[in-house]
This record gives sequence, C-alpha cells and structure tokens, in this order.
Amino acid sequence: MTETPSTDARTLEPAPIAVDSVSVSFGDISVLEDVSVTVDPGEFVGLVGPNGAGKTTLLRTISGTLEPDSGSVSVDGVDLQAVSSKASSRLVAVVPQDTTLSFSFPVADVVEMGRHPHRSRFSPPSRDDREIVEQALERTRTADFADRPIDEVSGGQRQRVVMARAIAQETPALLLDEPTASLDINHAIETLELVRELVADGRTAVAAIHDLDLAARYCDRLVMLADGGVRAVGPPSAVLTREALADAFDANATVVPNPVTGTETVTALPNAVDSAVDSHEAADRNGDRAETVRLEHDGGRETHAHVVGTGTTAAGTLARLAAADLSISAGPVTHGVVTETAARLEAETITVDPHTPLSDSQRRALEDAVGDADVTILADPVVSSGNECVLAALESASPLVVTDRQPLEGRLFAGETARARYDRLRRRALETSPETVLEAVQCVLDGDESGSDRDEAGVTPGLAESESESVRTSPNSPLSTD
Amino acid sequence: MLGPVRIDPVTVSKAVLNLTGVVAYDVPSAHQTIVADVRLPRIALAAVVGFALAAAGTVMQGFFRNPLADPSIIGVSTGAAAGAVAAIAFPTVVPFSSVHVPAFIGAVGTAFLVYAIATEGGRTPVATLLLAGVAIQAFLGALISYMLVHSGENLREAVVWMMGHLHRSSWSDVTFALPVTILGVSVLCAYTREMNVLLLGEEDAHHLGVDVERTKLLLLAVASIVTAAGVAVAGVIGFVGLIVPHILRLIVGPDHRILLPTSALAGASFLVAADTIARLDSLAFPFGLEVGTPIVPVGIVTAVLGAPFFLYLLTKREVHEL
Repeated sequence: MTETPSTDARTLEPAPIAVDSVSVSFGDISVLEDVSVTVDPGEFVGLVGPNGAGKTTLLRTISGTLEPDSGSVSVDGVDLQAVSSKASSRLVAVVPQDTTLSFSFPVADVVEMGRHPHRSRFSPPSRDDREIVEQALERTRTADFADRPIDEVSGGQRQRVVMARAIAQETPALLLDEPTASLDINHAIETLELVRELVADGRTAVAAIHDLDLAARYCDRLVMLADGGVRAVGPPSAVLTREALADAFDANATVVPNPVTGTETVTALPNAVDSAVDSHEAADRNGDRAETVRLEHDGGRETHAHVVGTGTTAAGTLARLAAADLSISAGPVTHGVVTETAARLEAETITVDPHTPLSDSQRRALEDAVGDADVTILADPVVSSGNECVLAALESASPLVVTDRQPLEGRLFAGETARARYDRLRRRALETSPETVLEAVQCVLDGDESGSDRDEAGVTPGLAESESESVRTSPNSPLSTD
Repeated sequence: MLGPVRIDPVTVSKAVLNLTGVVAYDVPSAHQTIVADVRLPRIALAAVVGFALAAAGTVMQGFFRNPLADPSIIGVSTGAAAGAVAAIAFPTVVPFSSVHVPAFIGAVGTAFLVYAIATEGGRTPVATLLLAGVAIQAFLGALISYMLVHSGENLREAVVWMMGHLHRSSWSDVTFALPVTILGVSVLCAYTREMNVLLLGEEDAHHLGVDVERTKLLLLAVASIVTAAGVAVAGVIGFVGLIVPHILRLIVGPDHRILLPTSALAGASFLVAADTIARLDSLAFPFGLEVGTPIVPVGIVTAVLGAPFFLYLLTKREVHEL
C-alpha cells in the first residue's frame, strides 16, 4: 500500500465480486433464485428493487453471512465460506442497515474495532492502526465527537461512525445495506459522495439503495432485483426504464433526466383511474405490465395528444400522458426540460431556437400535429409576438385541455390581441392541472364521441364529477364553439 | 483480627510473617493456627472465588448481552450443587474424598449439556442457550430437592454448602481453585477484544473478523470452568457475578479490556469484605453458638448486601443495559 500524494487516503487494490447462479432459501421460501451478478474491480454497483426483492439477502450472501443453497460467490476470487472470518473480514467490510449499539463505547473505540482483522491477539494498536482510525474519523466527519459514547450520538452520526469503521477495515470490497435509509437528504448525499470517494481510493462497492434517483446518480451500474431474480443489469439509464419499473415494482412510473444532475429521475404515478377493475391483473401479470391507464379512442386506435407548453408543467403533463399509453407529441418548444422529457418518452417534438419566430416548416409541422391529435393540451405555453401563429394553429384544434400553472402575465410577450386570442382558447378548453390531465382528456374525448349529437355536448360526462373534483369544466363544451 | 476469637493486629502480623519462614516471632500456637490455617486460607479463598465469579459474570453478561446474566445462567451453579449434594447426602453412593470434585464435575457437565442441547447445525443461538439453561436448572433443582429430602442427617451440611460457605476453608481449597481461576481468567483476558466486538452483534462481529461460534464456545467453556472452580470450593454464592460487573461497568465503562480485570479484582475485594462481615462474632454470639459455627454463610451476606444495592441502581436507572 502506498500513499497517494493528493489525499490522505491509502490506495487499495479493488476486488472483483462474482455471484454465480446463486439460490438462497429460508426454509421453504425461496428468496434468491439463480442470481448471477458480476462486479468489476472499482465499480460502484447499486442493488435496486422493491421491498422483499432479495437485496439484503444478496448482500448477506456476498458477505458470506448466508451460505447459498446452490451457486457460488467469490470476492477477489476467494470463496468467503471457505476461509476464516478473519480472512474474509480483510476482504469485505459491511455497513449494515442497523447496528446494535446500545452500550456506551466511545465513537473512536467503535471505529478502532474496524482494525480488529488486522491486529494480532496481544499487540496493542500500532501507529499505523491509530493513523488509519484517525483518518477514518476525519473522512466521515466524526472526529469531533470521537470521545462521545456511541449510544448518545444521533442516527445520522451513528451511520457515519459505522462507515468510519468500514473505512478503517481497509478492505478492497465494501457492502452497504441501505446506507441512506434513515438519513435526511443532505446526509444521504454526503454518505454516497463518501462511497464514491472510497471507490476512487480503490474499493469495489455494492449497495442496496431504495431511492432510485440517488442510485441512478451515484452508481456506475444498477442491478434491479424483483421476486428473487435479476430483472435488469446495466448503467442506470438502461435499467431505470418505464418497462423495467413496471415489471419490478408494478409501478406506473416515468423516468426523465433530472434537470440539475442530468441523471435519471423516477416519478411514480398513481396506477390507474380504473385500477379496481383490473386488480387481479397485477397478480396474473400476463401482460408486460399491470394496471395502467389506457385511454382508448375510436375503437382501439391509439389516442394521440399534442402538448404545447413549457417547463415542468408541460414535462409533467407529457409524462402522465405517456404513462397512460397515449401517443404524444410536443412543441413548439425551445431546448430544455420539455424536449428532454419528450425525447425520453420518445415523443415527436417540434424544437425551436429561442427568440426566433417559427419557420414555415415548423408551422406546418405544428398544424399537422394539432390536426392529427385527438386532443391538444396547453401547458404554460409562452405567448410572444414571434409565435402568435401558434395560437392561430391552435384555434383549429379540438378538443382542447389547459393545464396551465403559471399565470399568463409571466409568459405573455405580445400585445392585447394575443391575450384575447389566448383567453378565447382557454374559454373553450377544459381547464385542469397536470396531475389530473388524464381525467380531463378522458372527459373531453368522451364528450367528443357523444358529440355527434351536439345538443348534449355541453354536458360533460360523469368522470369529472366522480373521479376528480379538481377537474373544472368550462362553461362551454369543447365542441360548442367554432 | 475480626472473628470469634479476637487477636490483636500485631499478633496477626507476626503470625503472617512467621509463615514466610524468614522470621520466627513468638506467637501463641493457638493464635498462630487460627491465623495461618483458619483465617488466611479463608481470606485467600474468598479472594479467589470472588475473582472467579466476577470475571465469569462479566464475560457472561457481555456474551449474552443480557444484564441479568450471571455465571449460573447456564446451570453451572446448579450443576455444582447437584454434584455436591449428591456427594454429601449419599456418601456411599457418590464416594469422593472431597466435595470439590463431584461439584466441579456437576458444574462443567451441566454447562456442556446445556451447550449441546442449544447447538444445532454448528450454531448456538444465545437465546436458546439461555432457555436451555433455565430448563436444566429447573430439572436439577427438582433433583436436588429430592436428594435433600432423603439426605437424613447430612441435610444440614448440604444446605449450608448450597448457601455458599467459606467457613471451613483450607489451603487445599485454595490450591484447588487458584490455578484453574488464574489460568481461566488469563485466557478470558486474551479474548477481551473479541468480547467488545461481539457486543456489536454476532453478524457484525463476523464481518469484523471474529470467529463467532468458536469464540462463543471458548468464552462459555472457560467462563463455566472458572465459575465451576469457584462454586466447587465455596458453594453457590450469588450476586457477586451479577452486581460486581454492573457496578464496575458504571465506573470504568463497557470496554472489556479494562472491565474484565477490574471486575475480577473488585469481586475479590467484595467477597473478602462480605465474608469478613459473615464471620463477625457479633453475628454469631447472640445465638449462643460455639466458636466457628457458620451461622451466616457468606452467600447470605452477599445477597443481603447485593440485592438492595442492585435495586437501588435499577431505580436510579443506572443499570439498564450493558
């Protein structure tokens, strides 16, 4: 081991971890079935998956606590079951989810216990040991309370002490079980930043992390587990897909890049408007996913929705529509969160440059999109003198839903005529919020279908009243003006 | 100095110095005998037994992570009592020249039995061990009662033995208990770091390089042997192994590297003090008993002193966990 000039941390040689077709069962209950995972040296791999998926069991199997019924586990090529505790504790350090610390050892003593694997029975701690313990205390910012009894520090501090102990253990592999579970967000970030540093020092790390966004942000690769099996392995962007989340979590979720970190952000949405009908479907799971809203139109043809808007209002609206399996398109919009979300959702988008009037081709594309759409949705669009033609295009759109959140004043950069045109659009639209856009779409589509009889068009069918009070129907039905 | 026969401190000092063989003070031979062959071995034995019980108690409490654990928790003391009572009550059936040997065998045998019952598939869950200990103790308790009922004229001796006694201590008792205690406690002292790590829980301890099952077996075996050595010569003396470690934990903290030796020394001091009270003539004479009658076995003194003090600590919420 050598000192690196840049940091105090000692450089280690990271160890590869290989889990080869491992099965573990507790009595009759099979917890892991034929799980294979390979972790390369110096990688930070996150185990994600719903509760009971087997994340902790897999960690405990890797650490050698559990002996697999079949298959093999090796760390640095060593079968931990076959070697002494001392030998295995020099290879793998474990940060458990909760540590029983109901006695009053000083924090420094607990960290010093991490040196146990490296010390012989009768020797007092060497200078090396003491230095390593001190560094571990410094790195985890626990040095300030090193003399306090461990049972008197807070939960977050205690977690850091256990991290310090694992650091002092100086192992080439580090296993963490929900290291952020009991921490508030800044400590969670701090802990994972520290894990990244430790990986950079030359460790391989595997962590069970239930927070998918944090896992995506900090892990090199993710392993998604569900029902005791591996559902997906790969970089976060490849693992955290709508399909995989639906498969593993039974969740109706959207995945979009986080505008700040650029990594995947998972947002779970309520499963279904009509979930009660299909509640047994989840158990059967014969389809690729269960219980999501499916809006059908025209005898099963996919419903197409076009979204005109900006910011999170438009992005959220798009995500919800996509989650309900509508085909979606968006624009015109400048590059940003909406275009990124749309790209992630594979929606066709009319992207324009900022402060540039719509070109003719863009305008035609918009007219086509609105013309093709079964429903057009306004989600905080910016109305400027350069794009007043957008309003013109929307005038032919029907039906119309508005999910505006920002007041028009903040996004109106055109004259009074534009305001009047926008107000006219709004008056004939069904006004709602991004959260309830699906109900509103359902509502206007049903209105459209029954619309062959125009007399009844003013009555909005029952969904709005029963499902969501927040859907405000405008006095004019989508079809009553023209 | 203290005891049914009053001997002034100077004479005692002279008698003790005479034992070294370097000097030869003129001490009345009766006094010389009382000091050298009655009181000194008794004090020495109290020290050894207190040392052994407190050390074993410290280990057991740490091992079981249970504040109520004491050396008898896995049936060591009851086993010793069963062996001793059998030898006292039925000298013809269980012929041993000294009660030590059957008591020691009973103690270690019981500990082994409890361990064997609680072990399954190479693992010995601590809770199972505790429960098995409780069950075996209940069974042995019944056996002891049966033997007492049929012990006839030996009943009194058997009961006194069970109450914990140091009154007929001889140097042979000391030579029986001392080597086992010294050896055993030395081994335990070598494992204090493992005991500390084990306080984190068995899984964590395993991850920190402690061979959990092997260490548990070793600690249990050695603590049982040390307890057995003490109990075999002095009978069942309660509370030393329970409260001394607790009090010392309050004073020096949970670190076994310090706690174990200090507890052992404190246990030795405590038992010597308790036994000094036990043999005060003021306690013996009011009953008009002859000199040397063990009217108050030391086990009663330790319990009478220990129980209220323990309750005091409990209500002050000083003793909750380890």
